[in-house]
Amino acid sequence: MIVELGHFALILAFAVALLQSVLPMWGAQRRDGRLMAVAEPAAVAQFLLVGFAFVALTYAFVVSDFSLRLVVLNSHTDKPMLYKFAGVWGNHEGSLLLWMLALSGFGACAAWFGGNLPATLKARVLSVQGLIGVAFLAFMLLTSNPFLRLETPPMNGEDLNPLLQDPGLAFHPPFLYLGYVGLSMSFSFAVAALIEGRIDAAWGRWVRPWTLAAWIFLTIGIMLGSWWAYYELGWGGFWFWDPVENASFMPWLFATALLHSAIVVEKRESLKAWTILLAILAFGFSLIGTFIVRSGVITSVHAFANDPERGVFILMILGVFMGGSLALFALRAGALEAKGVFAMVSRESALVANNVLLAVAALVVFVGTIWPLVAELVWARKLSVGEPFFNAAFTPFMVLLALILPVGAIMPWKRADLGRSFRPLIPAAVLSVALVALIYAMQTGTSALGPVGAGLGLWVVLGAMIDLWQRGGRGPAGARLARLTRLPRADWGKVTAHSGLGITVFAVAAMTAWVTEDIRVLRVGESFALGPYEVTLAEVHDEQGPNYSTTMAEMRVTKAGAAVVTLYPEKRIYPVAAMPTTEAAIDYGLFRDLYLVIGDPQDGGGYAVRSYIKPFANWLWGGALIMAIGGLLSLSDRRFRVAAGAKRAADAVAAE
Amino acid sequence: MMRAAILALALIASPAFAVQPDEVLPDPALEARAREISRNLRCPVCQGENIDDSSAPISRDLRLVVRERLVAGDSDAAVVDYIVERYGEFVLFTPRSNGSGLILWLAGPAMLLAGLGIAYATTRKRATAPEAEALTEADRARLAELLKE
Repeated sequence: MIVELGHFALILAFAVALLQSVLPMWGAQRRDGRLMAVAEPAAVAQFLLVGFAFVALTYAFVVSDFSLRLVVLNSHTDKPMLYKFAGVWGNHEGSLLLWMLALSGFGACAAWFGGNLPATLKARVLSVQGLIGVAFLAFMLLTSNPFLRLETPPMNGEDLNPLLQDPGLAFHPPFLYLGYVGLSMSFSFAVAALIEGRIDAAWGRWVRPWTLAAWIFLTIGIMLGSWWAYYELGWGGFWFWDPVENASFMPWLFATALLHSAIVVEKRESLKAWTILLAILAFGFSLIGTFIVRSGVITSVHAFANDPERGVFILMILGVFMGGSLALFALRAGALEAKGVFAMVSRESALVANNVLLAVAALVVFVGTIWPLVAELVWARKLSVGEPFFNAAFTPFMVLLALILPVGAIMPWKRADLGRSFRPLIPAAVLSVALVALIYAMQTGTSALGPVGAGLGLWVVLGAMIDLWQRGGRGPAGARLARLTRLPRADWGKVTAHSGLGITVFAVAAMTAWVTEDIRVLRVGESFALGPYEVTLAEVHDEQGPNYSTTMAEMRVTKAGAAVVTLYPEKRIYPVAAMPTTEAAIDYGLFRDLYLVIGDPQDGGGYAVRSYIKPFANWLWGGALIMAIGGLLSLSDRRFRVAAGAKRAADAVAAE
Repeated sequence: MMRAAILALALIASPAFAVQPDEVLPDPALEARAREISRNLRCPVCQGENIDDSSAPISRDLRLVVRERLVAGDSDAAVVDYIVERYGEFVLFTPRSNGSGLILWLAGPAMLLAGLGIAYATTRKRATAPEAEALTEADRARLAELLKE
């Protein structure tokens, strides 16, 4: 019964979304307040209805209702409760419902917190948001209905893919989807502004918090995914340039560019058309990501159901929304006159350089991702594009970006002097170059990756610190510090996020360049040297988990005779899915992770054992997290709230 | 469909993981070269894994072939050519930069040049444009209203 109610709620949500997309848009065109007023309650109602459908599906999973096709395909009574719950979105249909929940949630938030928006803009934003909802609800109801029943329910389900039975599933997709879908708000604002034909500093200020929120979610989502891959897949890789990873990375790059160009719109009323285009592209690429993940045109480890019918449907959604918005852009972009004037060397032009580098980097990733498809269609060449290509083609852009970042961040608006902007950064530059030389001299190989990554990381972090110190103005250190505490949160956010980027750059290089690896056959009782550590295979025994059987090893790690840690790597077999997984055992440390994996028993006795020392692994997730915290600080800036408060006060006065 | 079937078979038939201890060459320099080459070779039946990380039997065969050729004294390029000759361009993660492959490799630099060119042209226009009036009448009224509160 609850399942049918959920199904019904989903259909109702579709009807509400239709109203939400048509009436307010019409009302805004005719300046009819009553029609525009439909937008807010409709957005909230759509969210509540989709929320109810989501709860209904979750209920079906939790009670293991095997009359539901989706539950049969993705669940099992023995599955632990956490995965029954998270398993709701561990499949195509359910994850689409989660996506829809996030989409309608953002719409509802715009209705709740958009109090200071002009009435017509708000009506149009919610209307565009409703239209996206219409498209995805139709997609769900027509091709991927999660509420389909089975005529003859089986006794038990087919279990969830064992690789997904991990706490990572509970957090990674929701964050990622909130990020993907959050960009729909930037898109709706862009399209609404194009229809209004007016973009000013206020628009920049309204659109930035939404973009920031989406960017924070996306950053955390990608970080969680990378961490999950690191500990779950069993060889300690953290980024594979897999099509689906690229699908999440391209919107992130565009969102990052958009964040920066929206600042220029807000502060200087320049780069308007470009910012609108970025907002369209950022969401466009999150739609392309959806297409890549769910259509199966590009094979990937992550691929959900490979169904051509669904692929065509998403391609249609993509075509309508991108075609429509880009056509609108072509018609209206000319009307967006820029106001701020800036010189060739200025903060504005530095942000333009940032935008060009990020956008081109994203397009390089895009070209690489779809190249196999293009080559097969056009030249009938079956080929692959993978990690080595992306490392070679993408990295130079990030190196350039890191090089110009501290200089650009410190430049004044309008007109800058390169020499004067660079002067305070000289100590940072000297220290960074010295670090490169020092590491290059100390390391054994001739690879430039480690030293250059460390130097760039230090340069970006020091640059951010100097930027902050400069903001304190002149005078004694005490007065400067006092001034720093009064700086807007956005400034702290900028410095924090940039430092996080520097740390991430360093960690990526360090983890790739300085990893220690060992592969060998080890008998119980034997030990071997791994870097400065001594690893002993103390014992191997079998155990039963709730829905799997496992071979668990006990490995003792010592350093110079002193015990460091005892780790228990596992090899599990999930009988229902007939699939083995490796559960690496990791000792997390500030400067290194110890990463141990147990493999198969060997013919001559003993087990295959893989072990790694991964230097600075935690700095990678830490750096990304610091970036996200920087975003949060910026989001909490007073200026995003002050206008809203003023409007509310004005309304209150008017109401009296 | 066929590929999916092969994949399913490969997964069930081989609980083994990636590089096995018995494959590792005694000479660390040769082994390092083998690893470098393997990272660029795609497992023909998997979904986008390189043969180093893949657990499919065919990946093990390919890893052994790579090492065999290296021990026989082939150069890195010769080993890659040897494999590509037998399994096609599909197994190569960095497409050859000949013919249409050149487009892929030049796409990045070309787009960067185009982007910088456009940015330069518009920035020049911006730098010489007269400063427009900052606020419209409506903006001024709204500003005054906000400041009053």
